[in-house]
Amino acid sequence: MSDKLTKYLPRMGWIQPVLGALALILLWAFAHVAQLVDPVLLPSPLESWNAFVEGMTEGTLGHDFWRTIVRTMLSFAIATLIAVPLGVALGSSNKLYRSVEFLIDFFRSTPASAMFPLFLVFFGIGEEAKIAVAAFGAALIILFNTAYGVMNARQLRQLAARVMGASRTRILWDVTIWESLPQTFIGLRSGVSMALVIVIVAEMFIGSSDGLGKRIIDAQMIFNMPEMYASIFAAGALGYVMNMLFTLIEARFVHWGGK
Amino acid sequence: MTRPIPPKADGADLSPPAEISAGGDAPAASGDLADRLRWFAPGTHITIRGLNKTFADGTVLYRDFDLDLPRGKVVSIFGPNGCGKSTLINMISGILDYDSGQILFDGKTARETKIGYVFQNYREAGFPWLRAIDNIRYPLKFLKLSQAEKDARVEKLLASFNVSIDLNRYPYELSGGQQQLVSIMRALVIEPEVLFLDEPFSALDYEMTLFLRDKLQSVLTEMQITTLLVSHDLDEAVELADEVLLLTRKPTSVAARIPFTAPRPRNAEITVTPEFIDVKARSLEIFQREVRKT
Repeated sequence: MSDKLTKYLPRMGWIQPVLGALALILLWAFAHVAQLVDPVLLPSPLESWNAFVEGMTEGTLGHDFWRTIVRTMLSFAIATLIAVPLGVALGSSNKLYRSVEFLIDFFRSTPASAMFPLFLVFFGIGEEAKIAVAAFGAALIILFNTAYGVMNARQLRQLAARVMGASRTRILWDVTIWESLPQTFIGLRSGVSMALVIVIVAEMFIGSSDGLGKRIIDAQMIFNMPEMYASIFAAGALGYVMNMLFTLIEARFVHWGGK
Repeated sequence: MTRPIPPKADGADLSPPAEISAGGDAPAASGDLADRLRWFAPGTHITIRGLNKTFADGTVLYRDFDLDLPRGKVVSIFGPNGCGKSTLINMISGILDYDSGQILFDGKTARETKIGYVFQNYREAGFPWLRAIDNIRYPLKFLKLSQAEKDARVEKLLASFNVSIDLNRYPYELSGGQQQLVSIMRALVIEPEVLFLDEPFSALDYEMTLFLRDKLQSVLTEMQITTLLVSHDLDEAVELADEVLLLTRKPTSVAARIPFTAPRPRNAEITVTPEFIDVKARSLEIFQREVRKT
């Protein structure tokens, strides 16, 4: 018996990462069957899964899912376009960085949700406010990390390029920006997560007609719990996949990171 | 930086007075600053005049320092810890500013001169985002050469080093010695007028060091590049050198210049010849004398 186990276990290596998830689902099913929690608040895993599949295939979950992706990616793209060049500029000038360091730190520490009303005043209750506030939150993280990466670029490589005859601009393009990429990518990865968080919250509270946030809050209000769990799961899956995609892109683009 | 009276690049009409030796310390006696700045021995490539460097904490490293360095020769710089060997070659190569004085290569500044520099820390000097071969090619983009000429340069260099490493790998995929070999080739591909080596082998194991020393030695003999080597290893300093330049404690001056004229190519076996032993013993004596001074 134990022989068989040692023979088959290595082949079952793939099962390890899903063990935790399986355990959670089993616990959930047990709590549901044993009625540890009011069944209205805690439907069975199967009910929730069915709500997810139905919502995705026949219902509007797919649409809401897509709207949230679009908003997140749009705000992330805007944040990247603004924050990366700005971060490089800030990082390459000590004086410039010093003069805005406090501002960046201050707004980075301000919860983006606290800025909702401000953005509502400026952008109205439409699509723009949601995207702008998410872009704002993501941009600060990206900006900070990019500037940090540029500032902390190893000096030796810049000296090596300088001694070859590279101009300051050339050094910035050929060395410093590359050197800062690992840190910039950390900023981008945190930025896309931040954008998703803010978009979901904005969909909940800044009069939205679609999106996962709106769907979750609607389901909660009418106690449609399977629907709510399905939407939460969709949001979680979205965040997870985005993070995973970024890790893949990062491993490809900054293959030298940490080496 | 002040640049008083740049000497003419063309030394033909500047044949120096006979009493000035290659040591370059004679003109100070003449007292005439203009003369001291202008004259240098025939065969001189790099002239350093009135160099001053004080660190931020007030430590005076170089005060009114003069030095002439010969063309096409390998000069090893050796001296007590903290006397500023690396600082000196960093100032000459133009990657470190100096307070005042003048450093010229045939009358040109460092920016106007093709310079190759091999750093001790190959891990932080190479570009990890470029493949090894692109690291080697990189400095060629600062030369006005056609693509064909650039390719020919690289081919020629690879042939003279005759290396068997896969240059399509990234630097971090190579061993330390291979990375330093890539650094050396990156420094040499532009066919520099001056090559600086800052303890290039001190982070490598002995086997790799011997191998790289031999390679470098044969290529330098072939290319006849003015070379400045900083080394902590006296055997290495002497073996590679045409001349050993010994420095004093700071404020730094030249303690002695000892020529080593054994024929090239040399290898580790030269270290048992009487001539080598003599040069090394004299260098060591001066070195120890300088170290004991407080």
